[in-house]
Amino acid sequence: MIYLTRRAEFSASHYYHNPDFSAEENRRIFGKCNNPHGHGHNYTVEVTVAGEVDETTGMVLDLKDLKAVLEAEVLELMDHKFLNKEVPVFATKIPTTENIAVEIWGLLAAKLPSGRLHRIRLYETDDLFVDYYGE
Amino acid sequence: MVSLTKRYRFSASHRLHNERLGADENSRVFGKCNSPYGHGHNYIVEVTVRGPVDPATGMVMDLGRLDQAVEQEVLERFDHTYLNLDVPNFEGKVPTTENLCVEIYNLLRPKLSGGQGSAELEKVRLEETNSNSFEYSGAAAENRAAAMREKR
Repeated sequence: MIYLTRRAEFSASHYYHNPDFSAEENRRIFGKCNNPHGHGHNYTVEVTVAGEVDETTGMVLDLKDLKAVLEAEVLELMDHKFLNKEVPVFATKIPTTENIAVEIWGLLAAKLPSGRLHRIRLYETDDLFVDYYGE
Repeated sequence: MVSLTKRYRFSASHRLHNERLGADENSRVFGKCNSPYGHGHNYIVEVTVRGPVDPATGMVMDLGRLDQAVEQEVLERFDHTYLNLDVPNFEGKVPTTENLCVEIYNLLRPKLSGGQGSAELEKVRLEETNSNSFEYSGAAAENRAAAMREKR
């Protein structure tokens, strides 16, 4: 079994707000991230695929295919977007890094040409990232 | 379950020296790190917590709580100190980065488990330099790993 990881970057803005909380609670829980105009990050997503090395190609999967899936499913949807307003799933779900990572898993897991999605790692900054393994 | 990792930095000095060994032995075992005046590093500590995403907040753990625990237990204690002399944690214990990593895990564990939410400390990873890093996931993880090995 080999684990292959590809990185991609996208830039997006978001803010944290739960309509079930009062304005004061939202400010207390989410702090600066509650600013309704949003704020942005350069996200780095690392997609790790697990699989056996194909004897003919020496590859777990064709990197061009992985890049194409990542671009079509994730970057097209999220790059240079205000996540709360422009990505439908985040109309009702708070676009925290945790939730974005879980969402990216859902977008990619069934679309891989070969191999099995092992991990989504999403960096919000160099010093903050989340890992999701699908469960 | 999602794992969230945040990186923090502190600077400290240390000397690797074991009182129970003679001067020659210390010099042989610890090399340059045995220099009597100590030497320093810019440490990077990565703290990983793991838990379900709270549907109300979209978060595994409030970052303020994580920051506060690391600030109080790690940065205030170790930043800009000489580990051998300035902190009681290394009395009778060599302040290698292995021991420091375990120490940090044990300091954070009670602060980050239980309480609000059900996230728990999963791992501490400590970088001494760009080239050297150490990871510790607690005694429970070690017992699980040992049980796995026995099964095989």
